[in-house]
Amino acid sequence: MTTSNTALDYVIDAAALSKAYAGHAVVKEMDLKVPYGGCFGLLGPNGAGKTTTLKMILGQSPPSAGRLQVFGLEMPQATRIVRTSIGVVPQTDNLDPDFTVAENLQIYGNYFGLTKSELAPRIHRLLDLVELRERAGTRISKLSGGMMRRLSIARALINDPELVVLDEPTTGLDPQVRHRIWTRLRELKQAGKTLLLTTHYMEEAERLCDKLVVMDQGIIIAEGTPQQLIRDCVPDDVFEVHGDAQRVNSLLSVVENLRLEAVGDTTYCYTSDAARVVRVLEAAVDVSYLHRHANLEDVFLTLTGRDLRE
Amino acid sequence: MSASLSYSKTTDWRLPRLRRGALAVWRRNALVWRKLMGASILINFGEPFVYLLGLGFGLGHFIGDMAGMPYLTFLASGLVASSAMNTASFEAMYSVYTRMVPQRTYDAMLATPLDVDDIAAGEMLWSASKGLISSSSILIVSVLLGAVTEWTALWAVPVLWLVGLCFAGPALVMSALSPSYEFFSYYFTLVVTPMFIFSGVFYPIATLPAMLQAAVQILPLTHAIALIRPLVSGQPVTQVALHLAVLCAYALVCYYIAVVLIRRRLIV
Repeated sequence: MTTSNTALDYVIDAAALSKAYAGHAVVKEMDLKVPYGGCFGLLGPNGAGKTTTLKMILGQSPPSAGRLQVFGLEMPQATRIVRTSIGVVPQTDNLDPDFTVAENLQIYGNYFGLTKSELAPRIHRLLDLVELRERAGTRISKLSGGMMRRLSIARALINDPELVVLDEPTTGLDPQVRHRIWTRLRELKQAGKTLLLTTHYMEEAERLCDKLVVMDQGIIIAEGTPQQLIRDCVPDDVFEVHGDAQRVNSLLSVVENLRLEAVGDTTYCYTSDAARVVRVLEAAVDVSYLHRHANLEDVFLTLTGRDLRE
Repeated sequence: MSASLSYSKTTDWRLPRLRRGALAVWRRNALVWRKLMGASILINFGEPFVYLLGLGFGLGHFIGDMAGMPYLTFLASGLVASSAMNTASFEAMYSVYTRMVPQRTYDAMLATPLDVDDIAAGEMLWSASKGLISSSSILIVSVLLGAVTEWTALWAVPVLWLVGLCFAGPALVMSALSPSYEFFSYYFTLVVTPMFIFSGVFYPIATLPAMLQAAVQILPLTHAIALIRPLVSGQPVTQVALHLAVLCAYALVCYYIAVVLIRRRLIV
């Protein structure tokens, strides 16, 4: 097989993909290529168009314009075929409250046309995978938020999908549960599945994503590996300086090649000359600071700004 | 590449296709029902007992015969038909809305190969099944009370399922349009209750003024009763094709409208 850009090289291949609601464009002429294998991140502030993009990929929202192929098949025409090979962990859990944990997997498997005998060993394995074996007979209303999320992940795997779509999978979960879910997701990657992840936790994206795009207002504004983006979009070092903004400004005016951003009583200083900045700040008695390496969150804030989104 | 920039909400008018997926939806609902069977059976049998005992024996005492049969039989046959209407309507509104909106059951289904066509068909089949369960319960109670003695009453069973299907259709349309549960009380008050009163459950429609008689011919319950009553009481059934056609037409046309509306609501 050649490495040319044929449709089959990509799980998802979108060209000039657009979606508008009542004249308001939510996704604007997006070009997106998601390769097979690994974890692909779709990052962006609220309202960036992430969920709308996922809905188009799942055939839950017809594109307004442009072209979208999933597994090399035209969407939305191929919706039913495409969905047989996708697993979805939705942003809000929509487990079936009328059933127990194991029944949820059973019923959901039925929607894929899977029979009881096909499902029995899968349910067994998946409940072990997400550590819910002891809860097999528990009703959904008796589960904690973390357990529901894990069950949602198990449910997304019931059809042994090639592509797993995760829409903010760890939002609202405590650190223990998040780490455990990350471990599960890495295992899925190793098992050869393709993961498509939306998140606004940059830490999550940095840990899991092999490649990602940053979206804002319906447009892809950056793409690459997390390391590439950190290298290309922001200087190596960040200082979070606490103290009067004007004072910090004048202090650091002696250093060249740095970018300052004042937010309340904190001034963010992006620089590639850390040693110089340390010297200046150490000499000042009326400011305190935190020095760290630049991370994906800095990239994100640099690209999408610090304004609040709805 | 031609990008046709039609940035407006489009309606998917394509005809729905019936597939096996509808059975998975039906099965889901049946499994939930089985879990709660005890309570619902009690209600299914308890309510008709009260109706038939109270109205049938009470009023029947004064009325005697009506349309060539004991009033208890007349009333029982009407209630059997209207029960299929009530139960199917209720299920296709309150339960469907619950699954569609607060429970997000359909959102979950729409991440599987099921589509709106399957979901709507499954819900209609299930609503009809529930209508059949409750109307058959009344039929059994009527047999126990001696109001129904004819074997032809068994023919009413498949017809009752069709009656349920016929009423599930418009109810599903209401669900697709409804912004909240309150919306359904309008439908019950303005549509279901008048039908219950005017379509011949309690008295023959022949007693209505001529204009009303013509008007009730468009109501599906009138046709349901026109089939069910003779079957239950052992009288000859007339105009079978017409009555069946009306029931089928309501079911099919409303199924199509419901599918289009639910697509508009969920596939956006």
